[in-house]
Amino acid sequence: MGIEVRNVTKKFGAFEALKGIDLSVPDGELLALLGPSGSGKTTLLRIIAGLEFPDTGSIHLNGEDASVRSASERRVGFVFQHYALFRHMTVSENVAFGLRVRPRNLRPSREAIRERVMSLLKLVQLDWLADRYPGQLSGGQRQRVALARALAVEPQVLLLDEPFGALDARVRKELRIWLRRLHDEINVACVFVTHDQEEALEVSDRVAIMDKGRIEQIGTPDNVYENPANPFVYSFLGNVNLFHGRVHSGKARIGDIEVDAPDHGDASDAPAVGYTRPHEMEVSRELSGADAIGVSVVRIQSVGPNVKLRLKRTDSGQFLEAEITRERQRELELKVGESVFVRPRQVRVFIADPSEVPINYQI
Amino acid sequence: MQNAAKSHHETATGRAVRWALTFVALLFLTLFVVVPLALVFVNAFEKGWHGYLAAISQPDARAAIRLTLIAAAAAVPLNTIFGIAAAWSVSKFDFPGKNILVTLLDIPFAVSPVISGLIFVLIFGLQGWLGPWLEDHGIQIVFAAPGIILATMFVTVPFVARELIPHMQAQGREEEEAALVLGANGLQTFFRVTLPNIKWSLLYGVILCTARATGEYGAVAVVSGHTQGGTNTIPLHVEILYNGYDSSGAFAVASLLTLLSVVTLIIKKVMEWKSSGAAVHGN
Repeated sequence: MGIEVRNVTKKFGAFEALKGIDLSVPDGELLALLGPSGSGKTTLLRIIAGLEFPDTGSIHLNGEDASVRSASERRVGFVFQHYALFRHMTVSENVAFGLRVRPRNLRPSREAIRERVMSLLKLVQLDWLADRYPGQLSGGQRQRVALARALAVEPQVLLLDEPFGALDARVRKELRIWLRRLHDEINVACVFVTHDQEEALEVSDRVAIMDKGRIEQIGTPDNVYENPANPFVYSFLGNVNLFHGRVHSGKARIGDIEVDAPDHGDASDAPAVGYTRPHEMEVSRELSGADAIGVSVVRIQSVGPNVKLRLKRTDSGQFLEAEITRERQRELELKVGESVFVRPRQVRVFIADPSEVPINYQI
Repeated sequence: MQNAAKSHHETATGRAVRWALTFVALLFLTLFVVVPLALVFVNAFEKGWHGYLAAISQPDARAAIRLTLIAAAAAVPLNTIFGIAAAWSVSKFDFPGKNILVTLLDIPFAVSPVISGLIFVLIFGLQGWLGPWLEDHGIQIVFAAPGIILATMFVTVPFVARELIPHMQAQGREEEEAALVLGANGLQTFFRVTLPNIKWSLLYGVILCTARATGEYGAVAVVSGHTQGGTNTIPLHVEILYNGYDSSGAFAVASLLTLLSVVTLIIKKVMEWKSSGAAVHGN
């Protein structure tokens, strides 16, 4: 049941947009397709909807092969990034559209359509705007109308293409929570595309991280965040500090410090890359043991409850980022230009593939 | 301008330049547009209402009016359908040769109308490619109504498509895709989503197309053969009357075309006003 994507590939000219995608989304699950632009996530979504056709592979919706069906026969709800509301129709006409175009024998009565439209508009809390035109609504309101319109046809699956991409940060956050609540009410398989890792981790049941036409990892938000399968996933899911070093029988040596790398017990003196998130960096004034890196403070920036530090290694000149709580900063009273020590509390070690320079998403 | 006046920056010379430019523009328009147009009507009524009515109800004039209307009635709907199809394919689909299609659309604009007429004579005329075959089957195209319709169609091909393409390209495909996903079939998508969105530019294109179809001279002159009461359109009839020193008759018939273009302009203006109103409303 739900959505099943089997070995789908798609080329646009010489560009391979999707390289063999397998994915299954059961009923009631909210899955986020997360990836940088050009990773193929929107193409995959459009193929599921039938707006694009795969070169190979098949799409199964609720157990039936939907590959041969056109978009209009698939009964999917699709929410477009730029809403795609019919600009010459009122809000209620927009929502009613999917019901009004049904063949006569399947079309609900005029009364029933009106009732359904009003109840959907109530669901998205916009019943008071029923007679307005899309041009008279704000971005967030338009997106909710688009969602009500998609739900009107009682879709088997719901697909959302960067649904909040064009909205400002506050509305975005609100709609995110609201989408999650709505999804729990309607209980259909739901896929949404985003390039915002925070959004993906916060809303979804599972996250599929895509890059260059492949799914790199799929799992619950906790799982992918805690156990990233490869450097790409690690660096895509948040800011990172990167250390180059070597790994030898379960121990990684990075500069002056040594960390455990239990995954690489059989490695013998291989080049390695270590990743640490800024909040996993411990900052102290005294050198406690040998496992610390000498740095100087370059910039101090308060963000909400935390303080972000930009640091420069005294040995290599490389920049590092650390995030400490306000309380810790009050204890330390760090100032720009001071020399301190940092120690990564946790390092994820990957054997470096010299051909693949990991992209650093550190901002 | 208000700002300039308020801040006292507009010097005496500035004001003089402004008035001089306005005066030149108005003078030019009066001399080259208003006066000639007025003269058309003055000359048309030279022999009073009776002379005017006689000139336009004379059998040859009536035949010319009828042929013009027939040519427009054939060319405008066909070019409308073609224009929608061409604009649709260019703006909603990607296919090889798309740019060539767009360029080809402009050929009737670029080619002299006389050449356009000549093309049809070369194809369908007695000495043309299909001439002998057509004659064997008793079909006459050149120097008959079909030739005039073809020539009119040729010169008016780009009007509707040219008007629609930029508009449809700017609108993108998302609304149509949304309609499809919601279960609409192709026809429903066209009539309920695409057509309402393009109706103003479509009407505008149709009006321009009609104006050109009724007023076309060059291409039609070549294929017509100038048979009085047979293969003359309004512009050709005007010329014949004028060459026959019946200037008031010529102007009377010409006033019909002039009136048509004035009405066209008014409709166009009203529509622009309406569509900009709709844009404010809808966007």
